[in-house]
Formats: sequence, C-alpha cells, structure tokens
Amino acid sequence: MRVLVIEDDDVLMNGLQVGLGLAGFTVEAVATCADASAALRAATFDAVVLDLMLPDGSGLDVLTEARARQLAAPVLLLTARDSVPDRIAGLDAGADDYLGKPFDLDEVAARLRALIRRAAGRATATSQWRDITLDPAAMTVSRAGEAVRLSRREFAILHALIDRPGQVLSKSQLEERLYGWQEEIESNAIEVHVHKLRAKLGAGVIETVRGVGYRLMETAS
Amino acid sequence: MTSIRTRLVLILIVTTGVVWLSAIAWIYLGARMQVERVLDARLSESARMVSSLLTRQDISARQEVDAGKAARAAEIAAMHLPYERQLSCQIWAINGGALVSRSEGAPAQPLTDSGVGFSVTQVNGETWRVYAVENRALGMRVLVGDNMRVRDQLIADVIRGLALPALLILPVLAGLIWLSVKKGLAPLNAMARSLEIRPASDLSPLPDRDSPSEIRPMIRSLNGLFARVEAARLHERDFTAFAAHELRTPIAGMKTQAQIALGHGDATVRDNALRQIVIGVDRTSRLVRQLTDLTSTESSAFGHDANGVDAGRTLQTLADDIRQHYPKAAAIAVDPGLFNVTLPVNGALFMLAARNLLENAVLHAPPDRPVACWLRSDPANPGIVIDDDGPGIPADELPKARDRFFRGRNRTAMGSGLGLAIADLALQRMAADLHLENRPGGGLRAELRFPTP
Repeated sequence: MRVLVIEDDDVLMNGLQVGLGLAGFTVEAVATCADASAALRAATFDAVVLDLMLPDGSGLDVLTEARARQLAAPVLLLTARDSVPDRIAGLDAGADDYLGKPFDLDEVAARLRALIRRAAGRATATSQWRDITLDPAAMTVSRAGEAVRLSRREFAILHALIDRPGQVLSKSQLEERLYGWQEEIESNAIEVHVHKLRAKLGAGVIETVRGVGYRLMETAS
Repeated sequence: MTSIRTRLVLILIVTTGVVWLSAIAWIYLGARMQVERVLDARLSESARMVSSLLTRQDISARQEVDAGKAARAAEIAAMHLPYERQLSCQIWAINGGALVSRSEGAPAQPLTDSGVGFSVTQVNGETWRVYAVENRALGMRVLVGDNMRVRDQLIADVIRGLALPALLILPVLAGLIWLSVKKGLAPLNAMARSLEIRPASDLSPLPDRDSPSEIRPMIRSLNGLFARVEAARLHERDFTAFAAHELRTPIAGMKTQAQIALGHGDATVRDNALRQIVIGVDRTSRLVRQLTDLTSTESSAFGHDANGVDAGRTLQTLADDIRQHYPKAAAIAVDPGLFNVTLPVNGALFMLAARNLLENAVLHAPPDRPVACWLRSDPANPGIVIDDDGPGIPADELPKARDRFFRGRNRTAMGSGLGLAIADLALQRMAADLHLENRPGGGLRAELRFPTP
C-alpha cells in the first residue's frame, strides 16, 4: 500500500515514514504544497496523509486542487487545528478522515488501512481470495487456516493482487507499490518475489499474463 | 443634555416661540400704525364734515343737539358699537373763545388750545387725539377729538384676537414638533436598536444602504471599526492556530518516534527514533522559549537602561552561548571594532534581538562559513550588521519574513518562524529598526539600525 505523507516537520515526517513503513506501507514524504502537487501528479497512491499547515500554503489548497484533478485516493488530514469548524472545512474540501495532533501511530495506520479498504469497496478488514486470507493490519496470510510466512515485499505483492482480483498489474505498477522513490530496484526483483510467492502458496494462485503483468488465476481456469 | 430628542424639541419650541412673539410684535406695530392712519383720516374727515355743515347753514351753530347728531353720525360711521363715545366734537367761537356747541359726552374744556390739524392733549385725565378746523367765514373752530383709550382698546382687541388662537395653537404645535422629531430620529433609534441586539461576536458591517446621509458617516466609521476589530481577532486566531500547530506538530513527531522506539526491537530503528526525539525536544524547548520571549517582549515594560550595553561583549557572550547549543553549526565572528561600543539601549531587549538574529544566521549558514558580526560606523547611519552565507530569503518572502510563524521555503529544521518576529519586536521597543536584505554574493544581511542621538 503506497502512501504519500505531506508533512513539513522533519521529526514527524521521519516518524511517519518509519512508523508507517514498519506497518507495511510504502511511504513517500514531501514537505511543501508544490512538492505534494507534483508527487500527486507524477504517481498514484493508495492513500494520502496531509498536514494542513505547510510552509508554502495550506494543505486544503493542495487537496482541493488534487480533487479537481480527479484524485481518487482517500486523504487523511493530520493537523493541530482540530476544532469542529476546521474538521468540517477539511472534510468538505475532500478529505476522508481527520486526526488531530498529537495522534497515535497505530491509529494512523489503522485509519489508513480502513480508508484504503473502503476506497477499494470492501467492508471487511481482511481480504479473502478462495482459501487465502490476508490480514493487512497483522500483516499475516493464511491458506486454509494455516499461516503462511511471507516477507514484507511478498506480502505487498499478494496484497496488491488480492485487492484487485482479476485485474492485471504490470511489473512497474507493482514496483511503484513496493518501493519508495529513493530505493534502488533491482531489475528482476518482482520476478524473484513472485517466484517465492508461488513456492509458498503453490501453483494456481498467481498467473503471469505474458508481456503485461500478473494477476490472480481466473476461477474458471 | 444627553437626549437629542429633548434638545431638538426644546430648540424648536424656543425658536418657534421667538418667531411667534416677533410676529405678534410686528402685527401689533403694523396694526397700530394702520388703525391710527385710518382713524386719523376719519377724524379729519369728521371735523371737515361738521365745518362744512356749519358753512351750508344747514345747522345753526346754536343748535347744539344737531351738531351733536352730526358728530354722532360721523362717529357711528367710523366705529362699531363697542367703541361708542370715541369721538367728541366741540365748536368754539374763534373770537372770545366761547364754546358754541359740543357733542354729547364731550368735555366742557377745549380739546385743544391752539392751531389747526392734529394734536394730542390731556383733558380731565384722558388722552385725546384732536383734529382742529377753523371756519373763518363763520368765525368758528371745530375740534373733533378721538379718545386714545378707546383707540388703544381697539388695537389691544385686534392683538388679542390674533394672540388667543396662537396661544391655543402653541401646545398643538409643540406636540407636532415632538412627533416630527421622534419620526426624524427613527433611523438613529433603529440603528441603536440593531447595535443593542447584536451579539458581541457579530462584527459584520451594518447596512449603510437606505440610511440617511447624516448617519451614513457614523455607520461607515463604525463599520471601519468593526473591520479593524475583526482583523485583529483574525490575527489573534491565526496566531493561536499557528502556535497550536507549531507546538503540537513536534509533540506528535516525538510521540510517533517514541511509539516506533517502543514497538520495534531493531536497535538501529530504535536509536534512530530516540535521536529524532532529542531533536524534537530541542526544537520544542526552543519554540517554548521563543514564545515566552515574544509574549514578554510584547507585554512587559522594559525600562530605559541608563548604563547601556557594551555591544561587543554582549554579542560575544551570545556567540559563545549559541556555539554551545549548536556546536556543529557555523561559528560567529564578532568584529573587534564592536568592543567598547556602548549602546544606550535596554540590555535585555538588545540581547533578545541579537540572539534571535545570530541564531537565525547560524542555523542558515553552511557550517564552514562563519557568521560575521560587525559595526557600521557610518555616523549618519550607525548599525550592527550580521552577515551569513546561507540561502537568504527569497525576494517575495522578504515582506512576510517578520510575520509570526512564517517559515518560508528556506526554513531550517530548528526554525519556528518566530526569531525574526521577536527581533523585530524587540528592536521596535528600543526605537531601533531591523533591516533585512539579501547580500549580492548570497546569504542574508540583518542590520540593527539605531536612531542617531
């Protein structure tokens, strides 16, 4: 799950980056409205964490502008201004949730998971595909009731595929979800992770669509 | 007198009364003149009538009664019944001065002694207006007298006839004045009422459309005042919001880092989180100190320091202190020319301004490029200059740089957006100026300009 954090305080930005990263998110962080707009235009994110007071303007302007450009990702506002009128203004500007500072790191992660789940049209906290159950909060996967140990990257790939059953995800789409901008990506990393996933889950789960990408096996096949 | 209505009513009633009285006085004088002219004309006419009757021998001079009748006829012709006995007629022989005849009720004494024409005489305590005609052919003198008392009564009656209705009208007029004033002041009352029922928090402008031109300036200045109060309130709200943001954000950061440190077994992650907490604590304590500085500079009265401060010594002390706080940041080079320069200003304020400017410079400058602090000894424009080799302030941000909590694009991790605001405020309290400019070679020049004595 790829998340854009827009926050100008270095300590907090670092905290969100590390903390959300440990909770299984791939986190990009920017500190200004200009960088935020550029990042939102350049890449797709599953969710956005937005601070309202930024050095070069208000986060609400970024939000309004992004929503005008049909940004679909859910937005969680993090701000010190958490009076009721501020919350209303934020939600009306297109935010999906609101957290006042200081907040609980686990709560931010839980809310982000809930927002992403809702945005994907699911109500349950865990994702189910055939006999595979994926719990994003606990970062666990089980098959037919038995736990399957996956690495962070493997989990992220399976999560991405389970969130969009039947849909083909390209290698670059998976890479974007797995890696931050600063991270080096080895050219065959995705192939390696998919290979390991198949080894752990068995064949008949992940299907390669030649020249396009990967998807979960069609039920019929 | 505090009520405009009472005031207006009184002024209007007094002026109307004065106008009334003047009008009555004028009418009195005018009526008197007219009445006298008419009655005088009648008087002379009557005298000549009697004289001509004598001449035509229609009546004998001895026929006292007839003469009296003639006078009566003239009298009745001239006046109405209430003014009977106004006219008296006497016929005197010119030679010998015997009374030939007189009208009924006429006094026995001559109405006048000499001459012809009009005269005013006193006979038996009564004032008479007399017209005398001499009929030389008959050797007789005809005197017709008009009783002044009756004349005065006539004029008084005319005036009374005018003044009585006026007196009756006066209260009605006063009532009308009161009503008109009430009606005229209705817009003021309406405005007072709308101000009265308005809650203290409502600072929206009063509508000045359809309001009378007299109260429009008042409404406009009230609206101006509302706007200023609203601006001050917004400013305060912004300040509170910024302060909340600036305080709660690092706290949120520290909490997040603490949760990472608590929840993660990996030593690198934990140490990194703890280091971030230390940075957050430093930043927050600096922010709290600056907020305290700001409020104390704003509220407390700094006296004039009679001793003044040694600029060089103070700056060097500050430089050493800042060095201790930020050992890895740029050093501060205080120019020897600053030592033994005594500034006639409050030491606490000077330290506050200089500390924030020096910290600002140190935090922005590259660590290997010392911040230069020197004296501009230009006698017309003396000042202390602080030069750094940092990124400076983008030109479009220079006007906003002193705003509270403004951090701009070239902000530092430690910055709170308060340093320049505090320095500016402290210098203002010393009647000095803070001048900020980007140096041609890059970096910011902050100059403390003191007023020339």
